[in-house]
Amino acid sequence: MELIGKTKIDFMGMKKISFVISGIIAIVGLIGVVQIGRGAANMGIDFSGGTSVQLKFSQPVSITQARAALAKHNLSEANLQEITDGNKLLIKIGKTTLATGKAADTIVDVFTKEMPGNKFEVESSTEIGPSIGDKLRKDTLVAVAISLLGIIIYIAWRFDFKFGIGATLATLHDVLAMFAVFLLLNKEVNLLFITAVLTIAGYSLTDTVVVFDRIRENLHKNLKESMQTVFNRSINEVLSRTIITSLTTFLASMSLFLFGGEVIHDFAFALVVGVLVGTYSSIFVASPIVALWEERAVNAAQVKP
Amino acid sequence: MSKGLTWRVSLILVFLLLSFLYLTPTLVSSLPSWWQGYLPKDKIHLGLDLQGGTHLVMEVETQKAVEGTLDIIATDLEDSLTAQNLRYKHISRVGSDKVQLVLYDKATADNAQQLIKKKYPEMEQLPTFDEGGYVNMSLRMSEKVAQDRRDKSVQQALETIRNRIDQFGVSEPVIQQEGINHIVVQLPGIKDPKRAIELIGRTARLEFKLVDENINAATATPGTIPEDDELLVEKRTDPTTGAVTEIPLVVKRKAMITGDLLTDAQVRIDSQFNQPYVAIDFNSTGARLFDQVTAANVGKRFAIVLDNSVYSAPVIRERISGGSAQISGSFTEKEAADLSIVLRAGSLPAPVHIIQNVTVGPSLGQDSIHKGLMAGLVGVLLVVVFMAIYYKLAGLVANFGMVLNIIFLMGSLAALGATLTLPGIAAIVLLIGMSVDSNVLIFERIREELRLGKTPAAGVDAGYDKAFLTIMDSHVTTLITAAVLFQFGTGPVKGFAVSLSLGIIINLFTSLLATRVVFDFFLSRVHVKKLSI
Repeated sequence: MELIGKTKIDFMGMKKISFVISGIIAIVGLIGVVQIGRGAANMGIDFSGGTSVQLKFSQPVSITQARAALAKHNLSEANLQEITDGNKLLIKIGKTTLATGKAADTIVDVFTKEMPGNKFEVESSTEIGPSIGDKLRKDTLVAVAISLLGIIIYIAWRFDFKFGIGATLATLHDVLAMFAVFLLLNKEVNLLFITAVLTIAGYSLTDTVVVFDRIRENLHKNLKESMQTVFNRSINEVLSRTIITSLTTFLASMSLFLFGGEVIHDFAFALVVGVLVGTYSSIFVASPIVALWEERAVNAAQVKP
Repeated sequence: MSKGLTWRVSLILVFLLLSFLYLTPTLVSSLPSWWQGYLPKDKIHLGLDLQGGTHLVMEVETQKAVEGTLDIIATDLEDSLTAQNLRYKHISRVGSDKVQLVLYDKATADNAQQLIKKKYPEMEQLPTFDEGGYVNMSLRMSEKVAQDRRDKSVQQALETIRNRIDQFGVSEPVIQQEGINHIVVQLPGIKDPKRAIELIGRTARLEFKLVDENINAATATPGTIPEDDELLVEKRTDPTTGAVTEIPLVVKRKAMITGDLLTDAQVRIDSQFNQPYVAIDFNSTGARLFDQVTAANVGKRFAIVLDNSVYSAPVIRERISGGSAQISGSFTEKEAADLSIVLRAGSLPAPVHIIQNVTVGPSLGQDSIHKGLMAGLVGVLLVVVFMAIYYKLAGLVANFGMVLNIIFLMGSLAALGATLTLPGIAAIVLLIGMSVDSNVLIFERIREELRLGKTPAAGVDAGYDKAFLTIMDSHVTTLITAAVLFQFGTGPVKGFAVSLSLGIIINLFTSLLATRVVFDFFLSRVHVKKLSI
């Protein structure tokens, strides 16, 4: 079976549109990164410090009811989230006046007192002191930087510098796109999200490498055709495998997203977004950048003599 | 069958056998008796997020240990100078690294200097100077000694916490130092995390202090009491109503006896009131001190102070020799049991406080395992069906490679004693999709070669050869980020990185070698005209 037969799509010709789209995505992503730097984004408590408690009630609880109960005990700043299956409630409190080690107990006490008829079980509770959050933020920045650096060095070694830059920009684009989606949907940026980002940074290169390999092969075979044509033909030749490899990973991450449970719901969502964006970028971002660059180099070489 | 084929098939079979060998303890609930001995017995470790439990990170206030040492030196100097008939006005710790002595004259200062040189050679003596007719003398603890003290305090805290947890009874706890002054404690499957945390985090500095009966505690404020006194509070809980009353008490600042002179502490039940109390035994030094102090202070009250709060302040009715005493107070049996544990295990050299506490209940862990398995099954099903439809028989070969990949991965996780976390399960599910990718690249390449008119065997050869570098590249880049995640991640994220990197390395083997064996096997036996791909 073949989903995609022989195609002759002019991917390079679409670069004007795709660059605009990617530019917008990258800018939104950058805003997201800046917001995170400022602490204005929806940060997980593992980065910001704070407390989160997940309670499982025996009877349904409305968010307004819970909020009122917490407000009575000066905890109105709590962030409440309902988890649809099984009367679960997730309560998050950022840095508070309460000492680490006290906030979770206080929340449990509040619900024991205010909802005596509705028995509950503490499914999980996490308390993170601000010093840990600071350290984690720094470690994460270093981790992201080292990953990207490692990728640039490897690709630059395997291909050449221009391909290395193209691949890195495409990877950076994927990373920013994930930040952009999470910013727009106001989803929580936590350690698992960063894990997903780094995973995608590594994975999205697969497609890019496949395309680059073919471009290089065709460039060696053929020196007469224009860059534009060689690049276009290469992308078209490997189009079906680019899409199929992404599709299988997409299927796997989709089943995680749908069936993996609430703990990794957002993590799986980030993976799904990353797989989709990664495919797009290997075709529409990585190759056009290299093509533009190579063309310029060729033109310059022609003008010089 | 060609020679290369035999070799490759046996390699796969050996790995398969090993994987199942290591997975048996996890899959089989009760191992037969003949399994013991050399065969692997360990199950795959589950992370705290899957089996439930508590993960704590505690910070040791190491500076407090240095200050504590200086306080002890100050107290000891008071005693030594008094014993030598050297009169002093005031001795105390100043700041974070000095002990200051204020003496009456130069001659005493010289004698004191001699004494200090002998007793505390590691302390640096700063030049003396006159201060309003008194001689002011300071000792400084050098940064090196202080640093040594700080390091030791973390070690001691670690040991003490380990003792407490051992006595509390938790199976397979993890207690280790992290960084300079952090201690990580993992308590899998713990039922009452709050109680355990209180037990671990308590400083448990036990002191016996005389009550200053000359001061009316009810009206005393910290500003009005003499300098060598301090104001403490005794909390009493009414056993029937649960109401807490606070009774202020003024005691001498100097502790007569401390908890490090204990040899044992046991819970006993008072037969008269059916109240639990803790019976303590002193070592010989402690017993002698206790004997002296009680003999000299009959009729006075003796406050039993734990971490600056008074447990009880009984009147000394008679001289107590023999080295035993009891701590009673309004506590429950559990509280008494915990108190006896911390007293037996010893006090922490410095206060610790909890900077991270992640507790997962057992029900959520179970739920996560179920959902993770469910997602895995659905993922496998989707990928298997897709590959079979899209690549027909060749798709089945890729599926065979994927299943091998997962089995080998689980086997190596068990063999390496790695910990499986929920993100780790997610990595395995993700790998289901990624592991067929290499075969997709190979198959597409084979299709291309076949279109060029190559025979099936030549097409397969060319496909595998030409796709090799591409597959290598894509695996290395994923491995780079997985390695970084492993280095920086903790707990669940580390589990993700372990599963992902192992899976990727294994995938190189299964997708390049194992699936090719199937092709080679069929192509060498059956004359295939057209490849089902």
